[in-house]
Amino acid sequence: MTLTTLLLLAAALIGIGIYGALSQQSFVMLMMGLEMILNGVMLAAVAFWAFSGAGVPEGQLLTIIVMAVMAIEMAMGFALVVAVFRGKQADMTESLTGLKH
Amino acid sequence: MNHGTGVDIAFLLLATLAVVTGWRVFRTDSMVRASFFLLVSFIAVGVIMILLAAEYLGVAMFFMMAVEMTVMALFMVMFMMNPAGLNPMNMVHQERISIGAGVVGFLVLGAMALFAAFPDQPVSASLDPVKSLGNEMLGDSMLIFESAGLVLLTTMIGVVVLSSHRGRYGAAAEGSLPPGLEPGGDPAGKPEEDEEGEDGGHQHHHHHH
Repeated sequence: MTLTTLLLLAAALIGIGIYGALSQQSFVMLMMGLEMILNGVMLAAVAFWAFSGAGVPEGQLLTIIVMAVMAIEMAMGFALVVAVFRGKQADMTESLTGLKH
Repeated sequence: MNHGTGVDIAFLLLATLAVVTGWRVFRTDSMVRASFFLLVSFIAVGVIMILLAAEYLGVAMFFMMAVEMTVMALFMVMFMMNPAGLNPMNMVHQERISIGAGVVGFLVLGAMALFAAFPDQPVSASLDPVKSLGNEMLGDSMLIFESAGLVLLTTMIGVVVLSSHRGRYGAAAEGSLPPGLEPGGDPAGKPEEDEEGEDGGHQHHHHHH
């Protein structure tokens, strides 16, 4: 368990997350991709805190902030999904064409 | 940081688990199973955080993700198009570009992990991570911490407003619906809702006017 292996794991999680967020058609699955990206970000932050930051407390605080961002993303995402579904009966990204040029 | 072989083995297993379950999230046929795979991936990362001596963050991750993924599973049931994963499900678009973007992201970040020279300053053994985090949150960084709380409160209010059925002066969606084709008619541009309704599907849909 070194900084390099931890960062490689974080990179793998972020890569899977990017794939999920870009490829999924269902809004909820798309949000899981975003969560996966933040999962990798949190792991990388803790890894830097543990191996490279001499244990400064701000490193842990950053992880807490990312967790808060994650909760916000989840809550707002679900609220938007519900609002969109109510307005358009849609739960796929393809159904939303209102902003297409 | 000094740690034994046991920690290395545990890290290897957990890393494999995190990546495999993370990959299965987008490959399983049931959206409920996908949310539980994501939960397993998060818990593996949480255990790795505990191995890294960030006990508070690791345990906070367990609690947060356990609740979050339960809520997610409920939403998955609501929006699931393939109950119980009985049929193969592959709801993807622009898949080649997505795979390319994911691989490029991994390669760029991985190259940074391999080739960048990060300072080697491990946590000293005398540091108590939980205590130092507590002192930071309620000391120098209190404003940041409190701002996070305030933003969460704002989120709660926003979520209630967004998902509410009705606004203060009528239906919440009223302003966002297109006008009807004839005065007082149904909003234009809405999809016909009785496509699947040969056997009386009309009763299942609620119309909001």
